[in-house]
Amino acid sequence: MISPSLNSYLAISVMLFAIGLLGVLIRRNTLVVFMCLELMLVASTLGLVAFSRFNGTMDGNVFVFFILTVAAAEVAVGLAIIVALFRKRQTIQIDQLNTLKN
Amino acid sequence: MGDLLFNVFAVFTILTAIGVVVNRNAVNAAMCLLLSLVGVAGLFIALNAYLLAFLLLLVYAGAIVALFLFIVMLLDTKGDARPTLNRLPMVARVLATGLVVAGVASFMTRGRLASPELTAAPAVGASLKLYAYQLFTTYLLPVQILGFLLLIAMLGVIVLSKKFEGLEDIK
Repeated sequence: MISPSLNSYLAISVMLFAIGLLGVLIRRNTLVVFMCLELMLVASTLGLVAFSRFNGTMDGNVFVFFILTVAAAEVAVGLAIIVALFRKRQTIQIDQLNTLKN
Repeated sequence: MGDLLFNVFAVFTILTAIGVVVNRNAVNAAMCLLLSLVGVAGLFIALNAYLLAFLLLLVYAGAIVALFLFIVMLLDTKGDARPTLNRLPMVARVLATGLVVAGVASFMTRGRLASPELTAAPAVGASLKLYAYQLFTTYLLPVQILGFLLLIAMLGVIVLSKKFEGLEDIK
């Protein structure tokens, strides 16, 4: 049985992170930008789990635990901020949120 | 066998992740995010981290994506508006896309870590007992701090989403 190498897992992790980063850079809907941020977090957890598996250590796995918890808290606060923003401005398109400009 | 599982889930994850970025509709993007997370959970299983795969599905797919869908429903946005044809942002976007693609390409061609043999390392991620041991000994303080973090996040969300009727008059 030929199992995939560490490099192939890291390649997937890097691609996932890059796709998330592109989404953050390109998209203008704040909600979708936030989803892409989650994608980047998950990509980093994939890298941690891969390193942990190939080195036979436990620390990467435990870190993924913590990342999952922080991500849950982050999503809750972030979505509450987006809802508050929508209440105040009636839009969540990034290019219309330009109060600080000029 | 391991290779097949990896290939299927890797392609699935990347394709659905691209779906998150290119979908104009926020609900479709959230659904693509859900599928992408299922793919990552499959990769976790290929790495013998069964508990983490389960937690990823439970926390991300179960709670976070559901929360996203609720907010999309609540805000009822019309998706991205037609792209405005300002020149500077478009140039910046094309430049950013090019840079990210170049970065990934350079990793694919140049980045080579000395990969240890998978059979040499024990599959510690499969053992529930080890998780419990680590969380209650080495990482006990971070666990406590995370408990406080969750409490603070909960209070923050309540404060953010509550309408303060009295305070409006004071302002």
